[in-house]
Amino acid sequence: MKQLINLKRLINLKTNSKKIKEKELVVKSRTDNLSEIRDFVYNAASEAGFLSEVIENIILAVDEACTNIIKHAYRSYPEGEITINIKYTNKKFTILIIDYGAPFRPETIPDPDLQKYYQQHRIGGLGMYLMKSLMDEVKYISVPGKYNQVMLSKNLNITQ
Amino acid sequence: MAEFSTSVKSSGDINIIYLKGYLDAHTAPILENTFSGLIEKGDYSLVVNFKDLNYISSAGLGVFMAFIEKIRENKGDIKLSTMSDKVFNIFDLLGFPLLYEIFKTEDEAINKFKEINKLENQ
Repeated sequence: MKQLINLKRLINLKTNSKKIKEKELVVKSRTDNLSEIRDFVYNAASEAGFLSEVIENIILAVDEACTNIIKHAYRSYPEGEITINIKYTNKKFTILIIDYGAPFRPETIPDPDLQKYYQQHRIGGLGMYLMKSLMDEVKYISVPGKYNQVMLSKNLNITQ
Repeated sequence: MAEFSTSVKSSGDINIIYLKGYLDAHTAPILENTFSGLIEKGDYSLVVNFKDLNYISSAGLGVFMAFIEKIRENKGDIKLSTMSDKVFNIFDLLGFPLLYEIFKTEDEAINKFKEINKLENQ
């Protein structure tokens, strides 16, 4: 028994010294998976210790990133793969979202102009704008023919 | 899977659309169908009640943009009401309050339509 307690203590120490937690979800590129993605992010962000308002912002940012992947990278093809990898410490919460669809060039997407959209009856670029507004950091990497990766991060200030 | 539904209630010439649940890229077509149905019938004075809406993403916001010009061309409008702070913040972040009137209550939105109708009939 004593040995077991010591072992537990050792494991705790080890996790505490590293303090990195990781979770991953792989889903097909279908909009009916968005709710599962949101639940996954909700659970991880709650465990990380964010306030509910911040959790909601992170969920929305990830939803927007995945919606863009489904609609643009996979052009609504339902069998593409989306990997959502979350890593967090007590300082930072980082989400990597990876797809294998069409290459994405974020620099070609302008910030949204509502007056212009009003006349065009369509809307685009809102998702990217929301992601940039809601997260501390948004970074894209696209390797044409291989994968696209968007990294979203939010700083955490938990002193334990 | 996230649930979303709409229901419509008429109050004279004004139609009130109630939103419930989660409005995202998956469920946005449901709201599109609701708007299309009303427009086909020639109903252009629309109040949207957000009281039971838990969540909205940009795909949901896009639906309001898709129909607003046609509705205003027909002397109608989409007036928004009863939003939670959470939903309002997303609308606000994207500048929607410049394009849409947002009311605290459904009645205020309905009264705004009635005031306009009164002025036009004078």
